[in-house]
Amino acid sequence: MVILVVDPVIASRLQFAITTIVHIIFPVMSMGLAPFLIYFTWKEVRSEQPIYEQLRRFWTRIFAVSFVVGTVTGLVLEFEFGTNFAAFSTTAGELFGGPLALEGMMAFMLEATFLGIFVFGRERVSDRLYFLSSIAVGLGTWLSAVWILIANSWMQTPRGFEVVVENGHRVVKLTDPLAAYLNPRFPYMFVHMQNSAVESVALFMAGVAAYYVFRHHVWGYPIEHIGFWEKTLKIALVALLITAPLQVLHGDAYARHVYETQPQKFAAMEAVWETESYVPEYIVAFPTDVNDLLDPRTKDLFGIGIPGGASWLASGGDPQATIRGLESFDTQAPPVAIVFWAFRIMVALGFWFILLAFWGAYRWWRGELFEDDLLHKALMGSSLLGFVAVEVGWIVTEVGRQPWVIQGVMKTEAGVSPGLTGAEATFTLLGFVTGYALLLGLYTYVVSRLIRAGPPADEDLQSSADSTATESEVTTSD
Amino acid sequence: MFLFLDGFDFGVGILFATRDDEHEQEQLLAAVGPFWDGNEVWLVVFGGTLFAAFPAVYANLFSRYYLLMFAILAALGFRGLAPEMYEEREDTQWRRFWGYAFIIGSTTTPFLLGMFVMNWLLGASALISLQGVLAGLAVVALTVVDGAAFLGLKTRGALRDDARTYGVRAAIGYLVLTGLTLGLVYSTTPSLRPSFQSPAIVGLVLLTGGLVAGYILAFRTQRYHLTFVIAAGLVFALVTLLAGLMFPVVDRAAELTIRDAIISTLPLNLMTIMASVLLPLVFGYFVVLYSAFSGPIESEETYR
Repeated sequence: MVILVVDPVIASRLQFAITTIVHIIFPVMSMGLAPFLIYFTWKEVRSEQPIYEQLRRFWTRIFAVSFVVGTVTGLVLEFEFGTNFAAFSTTAGELFGGPLALEGMMAFMLEATFLGIFVFGRERVSDRLYFLSSIAVGLGTWLSAVWILIANSWMQTPRGFEVVVENGHRVVKLTDPLAAYLNPRFPYMFVHMQNSAVESVALFMAGVAAYYVFRHHVWGYPIEHIGFWEKTLKIALVALLITAPLQVLHGDAYARHVYETQPQKFAAMEAVWETESYVPEYIVAFPTDVNDLLDPRTKDLFGIGIPGGASWLASGGDPQATIRGLESFDTQAPPVAIVFWAFRIMVALGFWFILLAFWGAYRWWRGELFEDDLLHKALMGSSLLGFVAVEVGWIVTEVGRQPWVIQGVMKTEAGVSPGLTGAEATFTLLGFVTGYALLLGLYTYVVSRLIRAGPPADEDLQSSADSTATESEVTTSD
Repeated sequence: MFLFLDGFDFGVGILFATRDDEHEQEQLLAAVGPFWDGNEVWLVVFGGTLFAAFPAVYANLFSRYYLLMFAILAALGFRGLAPEMYEEREDTQWRRFWGYAFIIGSTTTPFLLGMFVMNWLLGASALISLQGVLAGLAVVALTVVDGAAFLGLKTRGALRDDARTYGVRAAIGYLVLTGLTLGLVYSTTPSLRPSFQSPAIVGLVLLTGGLVAGYILAFRTQRYHLTFVIAAGLVFALVTLLAGLMFPVVDRAAELTIRDAIISTLPLNLMTIMASVLLPLVFGYFVVLYSAFSGPIESEETYR
């Protein structure tokens, strides 16, 4: 058997890319589910309607599985900074390690301990403590994101540090923690990420619920707990209606911020090679041949462009504004094709989700929410697209800042462990490819089993014993 | 400051280690079920803290023992996934598979961690050494000692009787293995000999012996709370012993002392302040968690 040994730099980068791409699915699921779970628990404790207990218990199972897989895959990422990117860790550890440690102490601990109560302790603790546990779990997942995004955004817009030479290494020294942690990119990233997580989960819930609603109302199959799925669909639609427009609105502000702080990334997002003004924004871009697909250049593309659109986006309203082209930078351009197409997919999905939200809202308003089979098909088809949007969004962020690992301070290739051999890196890379494929398969299998099993049966519920809620109460809208 | 940092760094390590226990059956899963998530997180915190306080050590160690680190990750992965997966299906084959995964993950993780710490201490260049294997086995024995003490609190009847038998055996095994490991390290690593002769280290070795005797006595006389406290003391003694042997060189292979490897004062103070605020809070969480699930497991209680 021939084993191809890849260069350790390439293998390490590929491995990190694969492990992050898989990992992000699970935190998105848990961060997105968190506000829903808090809401369900609150309603369960307050109203004692069995449907909220069903909702809480059903989605908590999925949350718990996502949390476990997220822990396992997240630990891998933390270790990889040491194993594969030792030079980066030595240089930036003083600034970068802090947020990771604080994430563990502040966020992860909170989430993990109270998850024990939240999953196992409904009968063991009071209503009040139980509700507080749901908040603690949700807060924990979101605080995790705060620290991780602080670490990431600092690499995009580094502040509050100086570079000194120590023991023969260039080392980043923290000089101003506030400036470093609250760097300019952080708020944009945090809002965009958290909103996208809730939006992705809303789409997932809507897609799953639409499947049952569709089978029941369109095909006429008898579905147990149809009230449960109808309720899920409505709650998901409300969430989608809030998050989808927000995502595009602050995405616009985010793009402008990228232009100001990382012009090279912006140029790659728009595939602008020569510095020019009045740059159009291609809403729809068609590659006319393979070359355009692999090496997109805005000028050569056949597409529908808004004249001055990209200039308008970059400058915040001036269609005549000049955009610096990729050729004007000293450093090598990032892989433009990946960034350009990933950005387009993300934006297109963002608008599609708004359309879905309004479509659903309109049908609901007309009282036809459960009759529109095309809507249900669209929702089912879009159930995983929120996750796709998150993935391509992160690809824009991370591939777009290449060749820098810390913008303007350190290049990615300089961050890889000096002693790492190609054989070692290739070996673990192959291990991860197979391991993560299995893991993803297992996760999909378990989640789809949970979905097929549906909510817990009525007679198993706590609240059904002392509640007289009927089906009609259950299906009333929010 | 060095001492404090050592304490907080390894204190985290201790708590992580005391939470690592061994189990074979469904009821045992129920005993750990609510806790293991919280417990595994200590490892995340340990990694993060090492990264934050000694980034150069983190980077050197993890990249030097590259394959060992990934073996630890794989073992942890199995251990983490197993209890969750076990409950997803009822059929025997599935359960047997994840039961094995849980046992294998729970055994290999402390074993590999013991090997890792020994390599770290010796600055070994090879991944596998006799000292490393012995240390790994000693750590495995120690986790059994702790797990048994935990089950002494959490179970009743036959399970508890078995836990007592295993706990006593593991305690004797731990004492023997630790003695062998330390003896081997002493005879093969001359540079560590001065550390061995310091009164603190000698005291800790004697303390370990005393604690093992106390553990066996307490367990035999069925004083379960005392047994549990002694088990925690054993872990504490081991971690202090290792830290004492290592000090002041934190990374022998890269010839880094604590002074070289530590981050600068500003972020260090920041981390220390944050940790001293957060860790008591975390203890608070654990108190809430453990009091919610205090007392023995009912026989009909399962993992979920």
